[in-house]
Amino acid sequence: MDSAARVALVDYGAGNLRSVAKALERSGLRVEVTDSPAAVAAADGVVLPGAGAFADSLENLRGRGLEEAIKASIAKGRPYLGLCVGMQVLFDEGEEHGLTPGFGIFGGRVERFPEKDTGGRRLRVPQIGWNEVHFRGEHPMIAHLPERDHYYFVHSYRPVPTEPSVVTGTCDYGGNFAAAVANPSVFAVQFHPEKSQHAGKRLLDAYRRWVEESR
Amino acid sequence: MSLLKRIIPCLDVDKGRVVKGVKYVDHVDCGNPVEVAQLYDAQEADEVTFLDITASHEERGILLDVVSETAETVFMPLTVGGGVRSLQDIRDLLNAGADKVSIMTAAVRDPDLVADAAAKIGSANLVLAIDARMATDADGRPRAGHWEVCTHGGRRPTGIDAVEWAARMAEAGAGEILLTSMDRDGTKSGYDLELLRAVADRVSVPVVASGGGGRAEDLAAALSDGEAGGHAQAALAASIFHFGETTVGEVKTTLLGMGIPVRPPSPHASKQRASGGR
Repeated sequence: MDSAARVALVDYGAGNLRSVAKALERSGLRVEVTDSPAAVAAADGVVLPGAGAFADSLENLRGRGLEEAIKASIAKGRPYLGLCVGMQVLFDEGEEHGLTPGFGIFGGRVERFPEKDTGGRRLRVPQIGWNEVHFRGEHPMIAHLPERDHYYFVHSYRPVPTEPSVVTGTCDYGGNFAAAVANPSVFAVQFHPEKSQHAGKRLLDAYRRWVEESR
Repeated sequence: MSLLKRIIPCLDVDKGRVVKGVKYVDHVDCGNPVEVAQLYDAQEADEVTFLDITASHEERGILLDVVSETAETVFMPLTVGGGVRSLQDIRDLLNAGADKVSIMTAAVRDPDLVADAAAKIGSANLVLAIDARMATDADGRPRAGHWEVCTHGGRRPTGIDAVEWAARMAEAGAGEILLTSMDRDGTKSGYDLELLRAVADRVSVPVVASGGGGRAEDLAAALSDGEAGGHAQAALAASIFHFGETTVGEVKTTLLGMGIPVRPPSPHASKQRASGGR
Protein backbone atom coordinates (compact mmCIF):
# COMPACT_ATOMS: atom_id res chain seq x y z
CA MET A 1 0.00 0.00 0.00
CA ASP A 2 2.40 2.65 -1.21
CA SER A 3 -0.30 5.32 -1.10
CA ALA A 4 -0.46 4.95 2.68
CA ALA A 5 -0.72 8.24 4.52
CA ARG A 6 2.61 9.38 5.91
CA VAL A 7 3.01 10.99 9.31
CA ALA A 8 5.98 12.63 10.96
CA LEU A 9 6.62 11.21 14.42
CA VAL A 10 8.52 14.01 16.07
CA ASP A 11 11.71 12.96 17.84
CA TYR A 12 12.75 15.76 20.18
CA GLY A 13 14.80 13.75 22.62
CA ALA A 14 11.85 12.62 24.73
CA GLY A 15 13.06 9.04 24.93
CA ASN A 16 11.88 5.93 23.19
CA LEU A 17 9.58 6.36 20.20
CA ARG A 18 9.57 2.77 19.04
CA SER A 19 6.31 1.82 20.74
CA VAL A 20 4.54 4.80 19.21
CA ALA A 21 6.05 4.17 15.77
CA LYS A 22 5.11 0.48 15.83
CA ALA A 23 1.59 1.24 17.05
CA LEU A 24 1.04 3.80 14.25
CA GLU A 25 2.37 1.33 11.67
CA ARG A 26 0.06 -1.34 13.03
CA SER A 27 -2.83 1.03 12.25
CA GLY A 28 -1.66 1.34 8.63
CA LEU A 29 0.29 4.58 8.66
CA ARG A 30 3.72 5.15 7.18
CA VAL A 31 5.85 6.67 9.90
CA GLU A 32 8.90 8.88 9.60
CA VAL A 33 10.68 9.39 12.91
CA THR A 34 12.25 12.80 12.53
CA ASP A 35 13.53 15.94 14.22
CA SER A 36 13.59 17.87 10.96
CA PRO A 37 11.22 20.84 10.47
CA ALA A 38 11.27 20.13 6.72
CA ALA A 39 10.08 16.56 7.23
CA VAL A 40 7.33 17.82 9.55
CA ALA A 41 6.28 20.30 6.85
CA ALA A 42 6.13 17.58 4.18
CA ALA A 43 4.11 15.01 6.14
CA ASP A 44 0.36 14.36 5.85
CA GLY A 45 0.07 14.58 9.63
CA VAL A 46 2.17 15.14 12.72
CA VAL A 47 2.32 12.98 15.84
CA LEU A 48 3.94 14.51 18.90
CA PRO A 49 4.56 11.91 21.58
CA GLY A 50 5.82 12.72 25.02
CA ALA A 51 7.21 11.68 28.30
CA GLY A 52 9.16 13.94 30.56
CA ALA A 53 8.86 17.44 31.87
CA PHE A 54 6.97 20.28 30.18
CA ALA A 55 9.83 22.81 30.37
CA ASP A 56 12.47 20.43 28.94
CA SER A 57 10.12 19.35 26.16
CA LEU A 58 9.47 22.93 25.06
CA GLU A 59 13.16 23.75 25.16
CA ASN A 60 13.99 20.71 23.01
CA LEU A 61 11.22 21.46 20.50
CA ARG A 62 12.21 25.12 20.17
CA GLY A 63 15.93 24.33 20.03
CA ARG A 64 15.26 22.19 16.94
CA GLY A 65 13.04 24.78 15.24
CA LEU A 66 10.08 22.42 15.49
CA GLU A 67 7.50 24.71 17.09
CA GLU A 68 7.01 26.79 13.94
CA ALA A 69 6.95 23.73 11.66
CA ILE A 70 4.34 22.01 13.81
CA LYS A 71 2.20 25.13 14.03
CA ALA A 72 2.44 25.64 10.26
CA SER A 73 1.34 22.05 9.64
CA ILE A 74 -1.65 22.52 11.96
CA ALA A 75 -2.51 25.83 10.26
CA LYS A 76 -2.67 23.98 6.93
CA GLY A 77 -5.29 21.67 8.40
CA ARG A 78 -3.07 18.61 8.59
CA PRO A 79 -4.15 16.27 11.38
CA TYR A 80 -2.07 16.62 14.54
CA LEU A 81 -2.12 13.91 17.16
CA GLY A 82 -0.68 14.85 20.55
CA LEU A 83 0.11 12.24 23.17
CA CYS A 84 0.66 13.09 26.86
CA VAL A 85 3.25 15.90 26.81
CA GLY A 86 2.38 16.23 23.10
CA MET A 87 -1.03 17.41 24.34
CA GLN A 88 0.29 19.55 27.17
CA VAL A 89 2.64 21.68 25.00
CA LEU A 90 -0.35 22.98 23.02
CA PHE A 91 -1.52 25.07 26.00
CA ASP A 92 -0.55 28.60 27.02
CA GLU A 93 1.83 27.57 29.76
CA GLY A 94 2.95 24.82 32.10
CA GLU A 95 3.96 24.98 35.75
CA GLU A 96 6.28 21.94 35.90
CA HIS A 97 9.81 23.09 36.87
CA GLY A 98 8.83 26.78 36.76
CA LEU A 99 6.28 28.55 34.56
CA THR A 100 7.12 27.95 30.88
CA PRO A 101 5.19 29.22 27.85
CA GLY A 102 3.68 26.56 25.58
CA PHE A 103 2.45 26.77 21.96
CA GLY A 104 -0.65 28.72 22.97
CA ILE A 105 -2.96 26.87 20.58
CA PHE A 106 -5.34 26.24 23.48
CA GLY A 107 -5.91 28.63 26.38
CA GLY A 108 -5.05 27.36 29.84
CA ARG A 109 -2.30 26.09 32.07
CA VAL A 110 -0.83 22.63 32.64
CA GLU A 111 -1.07 22.07 36.39
CA ARG A 112 -0.21 19.33 38.85
CA PHE A 113 -3.11 17.28 40.16
CA PRO A 114 -4.36 18.61 43.49
CA GLU A 115 -3.41 16.78 46.69
CA LYS A 116 -7.06 16.13 47.56
CA ASP A 117 -9.98 14.98 45.46
CA THR A 118 -13.28 16.87 45.26
CA GLY A 119 -14.46 14.99 48.35
CA GLY A 120 -11.43 16.07 50.41
CA ARG A 121 -9.77 12.63 50.32
CA ARG A 122 -6.10 12.17 49.52
CA LEU A 123 -5.38 11.89 45.81
CA ARG A 124 -2.42 9.73 44.83
CA VAL A 125 -0.16 11.51 42.35
CA PRO A 126 0.96 10.45 39.75
CA GLN A 127 -2.15 8.88 38.28
CA ILE A 128 -0.90 5.51 37.03
CA GLY A 129 -3.16 3.01 35.35
CA TRP A 130 -6.31 2.52 33.30
CA ASN A 131 -9.13 5.01 33.48
CA GLU A 132 -12.26 5.61 31.46
CA VAL A 133 -12.51 8.47 28.98
CA HIS A 134 -15.89 9.81 27.83
CA PHE A 135 -15.78 11.38 24.39
CA ARG A 136 -18.12 14.13 23.24
CA GLY A 137 -18.53 16.80 20.62
CA GLU A 138 -18.00 16.93 16.88
CA HIS A 139 -14.70 15.82 15.45
CA PRO A 140 -13.65 13.53 12.60
CA MET A 141 -12.00 11.25 15.20
CA ILE A 142 -15.00 11.04 17.49
CA ALA A 143 -17.18 9.50 14.81
CA HIS A 144 -14.92 6.43 14.83
CA LEU A 145 -14.51 6.02 18.59
CA PRO A 146 -16.80 4.41 21.13
CA GLU A 147 -18.54 6.85 23.45
CA ARG A 148 -16.28 5.62 26.26
CA ASP A 149 -13.13 3.49 26.43
CA HIS A 150 -10.37 2.62 28.91
CA TYR A 151 -6.86 3.97 28.32
CA TYR A 152 -3.55 3.87 30.14
CA PHE A 153 -2.42 7.03 31.95
CA VAL A 154 0.85 7.84 33.68
CA HIS A 155 1.14 11.52 34.65
CA SER A 156 1.28 14.01 37.49
CA TYR A 157 0.21 17.07 35.46
CA ARG A 158 -2.77 17.76 33.22
CA PRO A 159 -4.02 20.79 31.29
CA VAL A 160 -6.78 22.95 32.70
CA PRO A 161 -8.33 24.57 29.58
CA THR A 162 -9.88 28.02 29.88
CA GLU A 163 -12.37 27.25 27.11
CA PRO A 164 -14.54 24.21 27.95
CA SER A 165 -15.61 23.75 24.32
CA VAL A 166 -12.16 22.42 23.33
CA VAL A 167 -12.57 19.46 25.69
CA THR A 168 -13.57 16.43 23.65
CA GLY A 169 -12.82 13.74 26.23
CA THR A 170 -13.19 13.80 30.01
CA CYS A 171 -11.86 11.50 32.69
CA ASP A 172 -12.37 11.38 36.45
CA TYR A 173 -9.35 11.47 38.73
CA GLY A 174 -10.12 13.40 41.87
CA GLY A 175 -12.70 15.20 39.72
CA ASN A 176 -13.19 15.50 35.98
CA PHE A 177 -10.24 16.64 33.92
CA ALA A 178 -9.59 17.16 30.19
CA ALA A 179 -8.26 13.84 28.88
CA ALA A 180 -8.69 14.89 25.23
CA VAL A 181 -8.88 18.27 23.52
CA ALA A 182 -9.48 19.06 19.87
CA ASN A 183 -9.94 21.67 17.20
CA PRO A 184 -10.52 21.06 13.48
CA SER A 185 -6.91 20.00 12.87
CA VAL A 186 -5.85 18.83 16.35
CA PHE A 187 -6.71 15.81 18.46
CA ALA A 188 -4.63 15.53 21.60
CA VAL A 189 -4.89 13.15 24.53
CA GLN A 190 -3.35 12.92 27.98
CA PHE A 191 -3.21 9.12 27.89
CA HIS A 192 -1.06 6.66 25.92
CA PRO A 193 -2.90 4.95 23.04
CA GLU A 194 0.35 3.16 22.13
CA LYS A 195 0.12 1.42 25.52
CA SER A 196 -3.64 0.90 25.58
CA GLN A 197 -4.04 -2.42 23.79
CA HIS A 198 -7.25 -2.66 21.71
CA ALA A 199 -8.65 0.69 22.84
CA GLY A 200 -5.42 2.33 21.76
CA LYS A 201 -5.56 0.64 18.38
CA ARG A 202 -9.13 1.86 17.86
CA LEU A 203 -7.96 5.42 18.47
CA LEU A 204 -4.92 5.15 16.20
CA ASP A 205 -7.08 3.52 13.50
CA ALA A 206 -9.40 6.54 13.75
CA TYR A 207 -6.38 8.82 13.40
CA ARG A 208 -5.20 6.98 10.28
CA ARG A 209 -8.66 7.40 8.75
CA TRP A 210 -8.67 11.10 9.61
CA VAL A 211 -5.24 11.61 8.02
CA GLU A 212 -6.36 9.77 4.87
CA GLU A 213 -9.56 11.82 4.63
CA SER A 214 -7.64 15.08 5.08
CA ARG A 215 -5.13 14.56 2.27
CA MET B 1 -15.95 5.48 37.55
CA SER B 2 -12.45 6.43 38.33
CA LEU B 3 -8.97 4.95 38.15
CA LEU B 4 -9.02 1.15 38.10
CA LYS B 5 -6.88 -1.24 40.12
CA ARG B 6 -4.20 -3.02 38.12
CA ILE B 7 -3.25 -6.70 37.73
CA ILE B 8 0.42 -7.10 36.83
CA PRO B 9 2.10 -10.38 35.92
CA CYS B 10 5.73 -10.24 37.02
CA LEU B 11 8.48 -11.93 35.03
CA ASP B 12 11.74 -12.65 36.81
CA VAL B 13 14.30 -12.69 34.01
CA ASP B 14 17.64 -14.50 34.34
CA LYS B 15 20.04 -14.32 31.39
CA GLY B 16 17.17 -13.72 29.00
CA ARG B 17 14.79 -16.43 30.31
CA VAL B 18 11.76 -16.16 32.58
CA VAL B 19 12.31 -18.10 35.79
CA LYS B 20 10.31 -18.50 38.95
CA GLY B 21 11.48 -19.64 42.32
CA VAL B 22 10.18 -19.93 45.85
CA LYS B 23 11.78 -17.38 48.17
CA TYR B 24 14.41 -16.65 45.51
CA VAL B 25 15.71 -20.22 45.22
CA ASP B 26 14.76 -23.33 43.17
CA HIS B 27 14.30 -21.57 39.85
CA VAL B 28 12.14 -23.18 37.18
CA ASP B 29 12.34 -22.10 33.53
CA CYS B 30 9.11 -20.41 32.43
CA GLY B 31 9.95 -19.41 28.87
CA ASN B 32 11.07 -16.59 26.60
CA PRO B 33 10.18 -13.23 28.20
CA VAL B 34 9.04 -11.64 24.94
CA GLU B 35 6.64 -14.52 24.27
CA VAL B 36 5.43 -14.62 27.86
CA ALA B 37 4.81 -10.84 27.77
CA GLN B 38 2.89 -11.28 24.51
CA LEU B 39 0.69 -13.91 26.12
CA TYR B 40 -0.12 -11.63 29.07
CA ASP B 41 -0.81 -8.81 26.65
CA ALA B 42 -3.28 -11.11 24.89
CA GLN B 43 -4.81 -11.93 28.30
CA GLU B 44 -5.19 -8.13 28.77
CA ALA B 45 -2.92 -7.71 31.75
CA ASP B 46 -2.85 -4.06 32.82
CA GLU B 47 0.97 -3.95 32.78
CA VAL B 48 3.84 -6.38 32.89
CA THR B 49 6.94 -6.08 35.03
CA PHE B 50 10.36 -7.53 34.20
CA LEU B 51 12.72 -7.99 37.13
CA ASP B 52 16.23 -8.85 36.00
CA ILE B 53 17.81 -11.26 38.43
CA THR B 54 20.87 -12.01 36.29
CA ALA B 55 23.74 -12.24 38.73
CA SER B 56 26.69 -11.57 36.44
CA HIS B 57 27.24 -8.04 35.25
CA GLU B 58 28.51 -9.16 31.82
CA GLU B 59 25.21 -10.80 30.92
CA ARG B 60 22.98 -7.94 32.00
CA GLY B 61 23.01 -6.36 28.54
CA ILE B 62 20.73 -9.21 27.41
CA LEU B 63 17.87 -7.53 29.24
CA LEU B 64 18.03 -4.40 27.05
CA ASP B 65 17.41 -6.54 23.96
CA VAL B 66 14.51 -8.29 25.69
CA VAL B 67 13.00 -4.91 26.61
CA SER B 68 13.38 -3.52 23.06
CA GLU B 69 11.87 -6.57 21.45
CA THR B 70 8.98 -6.56 23.91
CA ALA B 71 8.29 -2.85 23.46
CA GLU B 72 8.10 -3.32 19.69
CA THR B 73 5.56 -6.11 19.81
CA VAL B 74 3.46 -5.54 22.92
CA PHE B 75 1.21 -2.48 23.20
CA MET B 76 0.95 -2.39 26.95
CA PRO B 77 2.86 -0.70 29.77
CA LEU B 78 6.17 -2.25 30.74
CA THR B 79 8.04 -1.74 34.01
CA VAL B 80 11.63 -2.95 34.29
CA GLY B 81 13.82 -3.31 37.35
CA GLY B 82 16.53 -5.39 38.95
CA GLY B 83 20.16 -4.36 39.18
CA VAL B 84 19.53 -0.75 38.12
CA ARG B 85 22.49 1.14 39.55
CA SER B 86 22.62 4.61 38.07
CA LEU B 87 20.81 7.35 36.21
CA GLN B 88 22.46 6.01 33.05
CA ASP B 89 20.97 2.54 33.67
CA ILE B 90 17.55 4.16 34.06
CA ARG B 91 17.96 6.11 30.81
CA ASP B 92 19.17 3.01 28.95
CA LEU B 93 16.08 1.06 30.00
CA LEU B 94 13.69 3.91 29.13
CA ASN B 95 15.42 4.28 25.76
CA ALA B 96 15.07 0.54 25.18
CA GLY B 97 11.30 0.89 25.64
CA ALA B 98 10.52 0.56 29.34
CA ASP B 99 7.71 2.85 30.48
CA LYS B 100 8.77 2.79 34.11
CA VAL B 101 12.02 1.77 35.75
CA SER B 102 12.30 0.50 39.29
CA ILE B 103 15.31 0.88 41.54
CA MET B 104 16.02 -0.75 44.88
CA THR B 105 19.52 -1.48 46.16
CA ALA B 106 21.01 1.55 44.41
CA ALA B 107 18.59 3.82 46.27
CA VAL B 108 19.64 2.33 49.61
CA ARG B 109 23.28 2.83 48.70
CA ASP B 110 22.72 6.37 47.41
CA PRO B 111 19.51 7.91 48.76
CA ASP B 112 20.01 10.97 46.51
CA LEU B 113 19.62 8.85 43.37
CA VAL B 114 15.81 8.98 43.51
CA ALA B 115 15.72 12.78 43.79
CA ASP B 116 18.31 13.17 41.02
CA ALA B 117 16.50 10.77 38.71
CA ALA B 118 13.10 12.35 39.43
CA ALA B 119 14.48 15.78 38.55
CA LYS B 120 15.80 14.46 35.23
CA ILE B 121 13.15 12.04 34.05
CA GLY B 122 10.15 12.94 36.21
CA SER B 123 8.46 10.98 38.97
CA ALA B 124 5.81 9.27 36.91
CA ASN B 125 8.28 6.84 35.32
CA LEU B 126 10.29 6.16 38.45
CA VAL B 127 9.41 3.27 40.76
CA LEU B 128 11.02 2.53 44.10
CA ALA B 129 11.10 -1.20 44.84
CA ILE B 130 11.24 -2.32 48.46
CA ASP B 131 11.89 -5.86 49.64
CA ALA B 132 10.62 -5.86 53.22
CA ARG B 133 10.54 -8.47 55.92
CA MET B 134 9.28 -8.46 59.45
CA ALA B 135 11.83 -6.85 61.76
CA THR B 136 13.22 -8.76 64.71
CA ASP B 137 14.53 -7.55 68.07
CA ALA B 138 18.00 -8.21 69.49
CA ASP B 139 16.92 -11.71 70.55
CA GLY B 140 15.59 -12.55 67.11
CA ARG B 141 11.93 -12.24 68.12
CA PRO B 142 9.60 -10.74 65.48
CA ARG B 143 8.51 -7.15 66.11
CA ALA B 144 4.89 -7.07 65.00
CA GLY B 145 4.00 -4.04 62.91
CA HIS B 146 7.63 -3.34 61.98
CA TRP B 147 9.35 -4.28 58.74
CA GLU B 148 12.87 -3.71 57.56
CA VAL B 149 14.24 -3.10 54.10
CA CYS B 150 16.38 -5.90 52.63
CA THR B 151 18.64 -5.78 49.58
CA HIS B 152 20.41 -8.31 47.37
CA GLY B 153 17.36 -10.43 46.64
CA GLY B 154 16.20 -10.29 50.22
CA ARG B 155 19.41 -11.72 51.65
CA ARG B 156 20.83 -8.58 53.19
CA PRO B 157 18.86 -6.79 55.94
CA THR B 158 19.61 -3.07 56.22
CA GLY B 159 17.96 -2.13 59.49
CA ILE B 160 15.99 0.58 57.64
CA ASP B 161 12.30 0.79 58.56
CA ALA B 162 10.34 -0.07 55.41
CA VAL B 163 7.40 2.30 56.04
CA GLU B 164 9.66 5.25 56.77
CA TRP B 165 11.80 4.42 53.76
CA ALA B 166 8.77 4.35 51.46
CA ALA B 167 7.62 7.72 52.79
CA ARG B 168 11.07 9.26 52.43
CA MET B 169 11.57 8.03 48.87
CA ALA B 170 8.06 9.07 47.76
CA GLU B 171 8.84 12.51 49.14
CA ALA B 172 12.14 12.49 47.22
CA GLY B 173 10.32 11.82 43.94
CA ALA B 174 9.59 8.11 43.50
CA GLY B 175 6.28 7.97 41.62
CA GLU B 176 5.28 4.51 42.75
CA ILE B 177 6.24 1.97 45.42
CA LEU B 178 6.64 -1.69 44.45
CA LEU B 179 6.39 -3.40 47.81
CA THR B 180 7.42 -7.05 48.14
CA SER B 181 6.98 -9.02 51.34
CA MET B 182 10.00 -11.31 51.63
CA ASP B 183 8.14 -13.32 54.25
CA ARG B 184 5.43 -14.14 51.71
CA ASP B 185 7.25 -14.13 48.37
CA GLY B 186 6.70 -17.34 46.46
CA THR B 187 4.61 -18.87 49.25
CA LYS B 188 1.19 -18.24 47.69
CA SER B 189 -0.13 -17.73 51.24
CA GLY B 190 -1.55 -14.27 50.53
CA TYR B 191 -0.02 -10.78 50.56
CA ASP B 192 1.15 -9.20 53.81
CA LEU B 193 -1.90 -6.96 54.19
CA GLU B 194 -0.66 -5.27 57.32
CA LEU B 195 2.57 -4.22 55.61
CA LEU B 196 0.74 -3.05 52.50
CA ARG B 197 -1.75 -1.03 54.49
CA ALA B 198 0.99 0.57 56.59
CA VAL B 199 2.83 1.76 53.48
CA ALA B 200 -0.21 2.61 51.31
CA ASP B 201 -1.74 4.71 54.09
CA ARG B 202 1.53 6.52 54.65
CA VAL B 203 2.44 7.57 51.10
CA SER B 204 0.59 9.65 48.49
CA VAL B 205 1.84 7.70 45.48
CA PRO B 206 0.46 4.40 44.13
CA VAL B 207 1.55 1.17 45.83
CA VAL B 208 1.98 -2.14 44.00
CA ALA B 209 1.50 -5.24 46.19
CA SER B 210 3.92 -8.10 45.67
CA GLY B 211 4.80 -11.36 47.39
CA GLY B 212 2.36 -14.08 48.32
CA GLY B 213 -0.42 -13.84 45.73
CA GLY B 214 -1.76 -17.36 45.28
CA ARG B 215 -5.45 -16.94 44.44
CA ALA B 216 -7.74 -14.25 43.04
CA GLU B 217 -9.01 -13.76 46.61
CA ASP B 218 -5.49 -12.80 47.71
CA LEU B 219 -5.28 -10.14 45.01
CA ALA B 220 -8.72 -8.88 46.03
CA ALA B 221 -7.58 -8.54 49.65
CA ALA B 222 -4.43 -6.65 48.63
CA LEU B 223 -6.44 -4.26 46.45
CA SER B 224 -9.33 -3.77 48.88
CA ASP B 225 -9.75 -0.29 50.35
CA GLY B 226 -11.72 -1.76 53.26
CA GLU B 227 -10.49 -1.72 56.84
CA ALA B 228 -8.81 -5.14 56.59
CA GLY B 229 -7.61 -4.69 52.98
CA GLY B 230 -4.14 -3.90 51.70
CA HIS B 231 -5.20 -0.53 50.20
CA ALA B 232 -2.86 -1.15 47.23
CA GLN B 233 -3.46 0.27 43.74
CA ALA B 234 -2.04 -2.70 41.87
CA ALA B 235 -1.24 -6.34 42.57
CA LEU B 236 1.69 -8.19 41.09
CA ALA B 237 1.73 -11.96 40.78
CA ALA B 238 3.93 -14.49 39.05
CA SER B 239 3.44 -18.20 39.75
CA ILE B 240 -0.34 -18.26 39.40
CA PHE B 241 -0.01 -16.93 35.85
CA HIS B 242 3.27 -18.55 34.73
CA PHE B 243 2.24 -22.06 35.68
CA GLY B 244 -1.11 -21.69 33.95
CA GLU B 245 -3.17 -22.01 37.11
CA THR B 246 -5.28 -19.10 35.96
CA THR B 247 -5.37 -16.22 33.49
CA VAL B 248 -5.53 -12.47 33.99
CA GLY B 249 -9.09 -12.55 32.61
CA GLU B 250 -10.24 -15.18 35.10
CA VAL B 251 -8.72 -13.29 38.00
CA LYS B 252 -10.38 -10.06 36.86
CA THR B 253 -13.76 -11.71 36.51
CA THR B 254 -13.46 -12.97 40.10
CA LEU B 255 -12.31 -9.54 41.33
CA LEU B 256 -15.21 -7.79 39.61
CA GLY B 257 -17.56 -10.23 41.33
CA MET B 258 -15.99 -9.24 44.65
CA GLY B 259 -16.49 -5.55 43.96
CA ILE B 260 -12.87 -4.67 43.16
CA PRO B 261 -12.82 -2.15 40.28
CA VAL B 262 -10.58 -3.59 37.55
CA ARG B 263 -10.69 -3.19 33.77
CA PRO B 264 -13.10 -5.89 32.58
CA PRO B 265 -11.77 -8.44 30.09
CA SER B 266 -12.86 -7.46 26.57
CA PRO B 267 -14.24 -9.94 24.03
CA HIS B 268 -10.69 -10.00 22.58
CA ALA B 269 -9.06 -11.28 25.79
CA SER B 270 -7.17 -14.53 25.29
CA LYS B 271 -8.15 -17.46 27.51
CA GLN B 272 -4.94 -19.32 26.71
CA ARG B 273 -2.94 -20.18 29.81
CA ALA B 274 0.80 -19.89 30.24
CA SER B 275 2.68 -23.17 30.33
CA GLY B 276 5.75 -22.36 32.39
CA GLY B 277 7.60 -25.19 34.07
CA ARG B 278 6.10 -27.85 31.80
